[in-house]
Amino acid sequence: MARTIKYKPAGNLSWLVSTIYIIFLLLPIYWLVNMSFKENSEITGAFSLWPQNPTLRNYMVIFTDPSWYNGYINSIIYVALNTTISVLAALPAAYAFSRYRFLGDKHLFFWLLTNRMAPPAVFALPFFQLYSAFGLIDTHIAVALAHCLFNVPLAVWILEGFMSGVPKEIDETAYIDGYSFPRFFVKIFMPLIASGIGVAAFFCFMFSWVELLLARTLTTTAAKPISAIMTRTVSASGMDWGVLAAAGVLTIVPGALVIYFVRNYIAKGFALGRV
Amino acid sequence: MEKTWNNKAWFLVLPVLLLVAFSAAIPLMTVVNYSVQDTFGNNAFFWAGTDWFDDILHSARFWEALQRNLLFSFIILAIEIPLGIFIALNMPKKGIGVPVCLVLMALPLLIPWNVVGTIWQVFGRVDIGLLGHTLAALGIDYNYVRDPLDAWITVVVMDVWHWTSLVVLLCYAGLVSIPDAYYQAAKIDGASRWSVFRYIQLPKMKRVLLIAVLLRFMDSFMIYTEPFVVTGGGPGNSTTFLSIDLVKTAVGQFDLGPAAAMSIVYFLIILLLSWIFYTVMTSSDADN
Repeated sequence: MARTIKYKPAGNLSWLVSTIYIIFLLLPIYWLVNMSFKENSEITGAFSLWPQNPTLRNYMVIFTDPSWYNGYINSIIYVALNTTISVLAALPAAYAFSRYRFLGDKHLFFWLLTNRMAPPAVFALPFFQLYSAFGLIDTHIAVALAHCLFNVPLAVWILEGFMSGVPKEIDETAYIDGYSFPRFFVKIFMPLIASGIGVAAFFCFMFSWVELLLARTLTTTAAKPISAIMTRTVSASGMDWGVLAAAGVLTIVPGALVIYFVRNYIAKGFALGRV
Repeated sequence: MEKTWNNKAWFLVLPVLLLVAFSAAIPLMTVVNYSVQDTFGNNAFFWAGTDWFDDILHSARFWEALQRNLLFSFIILAIEIPLGIFIALNMPKKGIGVPVCLVLMALPLLIPWNVVGTIWQVFGRVDIGLLGHTLAALGIDYNYVRDPLDAWITVVVMDVWHWTSLVVLLCYAGLVSIPDAYYQAAKIDGASRWSVFRYIQLPKMKRVLLIAVLLRFMDSFMIYTEPFVVTGGGPGNSTTFLSIDLVKTAVGQFDLGPAAAMSIVYFLIILLLSWIFYTVMTSSDADN
């Protein structure tokens, strides 16, 4: 019997708190979805809680106009590039931090952290000039490298957290069995922290996907991300609310799709691998 | 874990070092360089010494933006931390409700920041937004484009909407790590709901709360995109935070010197905060 003794969190109304909070979170999103299925005349003309004449026109505009859907393709390209670079570079570094002490390790770790905390606004101008000097402006790789500023430190922290959970005896046994370091790392160690790699990749994907300032500063046309194309439409073409809403809804979709897989690790990721 | 001393580990860190040097150290050097020089164009630069720093530290605009930033961060923490704890305490602990809550609550965290701005820009409009329309129907005079106070309320509510889930998730992760035995012992001792929170749950959440407070403080301190999209820094300058002011000076007006000096002051503040963060984290690591 003793096992079933549990403190009910704050009485029987506890579900109400979560429900109210979730409704508060979903209302603005619902409003955007609602708008994305309306004609512009309906949005500005009549106020209605759900679309009276549901239409797919707004989504058709995005899927048929290259200047719109190329934005999504650009975003996905640089996000994928950034995730790959960040995780590959962070893997050996995280291993070093979790297993060894070396000259200046703490200073280096701190320096990495400051980059995660640095305001992108500080870097906008120098990045523009640096990448201009290398002729990289308006390329996907420029944005991917710029986002490494905060994603590489993040990936190192998260991976270090997961690696520290793997007992050191496993490394030592493998070395005694005659494994070389690269072979041990790829064949034995990486499968052990597969979930950690997944979580690190997810967080790199996410922070690269949500960032706008650097992505917008470093691109003009050929690599313009979808989020920057959206801001331009708001100011220029006479407020096409329906298309704006549809574009917004489509930027939410990728995150909403993958979030289920990392739901149990999301707190750990935000806490820089330290929960 | 016991770590061995091995300087060859530097080779493993090398890729990260080069990458971050390219994307952080070199740009930062450029900023330092600009902050002590003046230019009249044509790439001709003159030594300006600490003039720009004098200007920045004596400009009312900078201090006002800094004050707005501090006020904003303070309000954000005062609302999001207690609210986050409260919601985390009331979240379901098992069953189908858990994944549903986790996924739905994490949703705002994955929305691109300017889309967050767009969502609230639309949501708050009196003519087409649910919030603005409802408030107007209730006879409340609300217009975030015209009224500074309404603009502030909108930006704060937007940030609460956007980031409270981060606090909730971190606290929840701390709460589920408490073994059942603790609650059983409390029950036997006849502990009140408040003592359970004060002596069992709060100490267990201390570490994650620390992370939540520091992360929320730093991220709200460098907020840019969301208020920029919703208010553009206005009405007047009422929601012009440091980041917005900085980007305006650097990319908008191309005032390299003042922008660079401002970047450095801003960065030093962040560096100080990061140092506090790091010290606190590593010392709490050592406690465990």
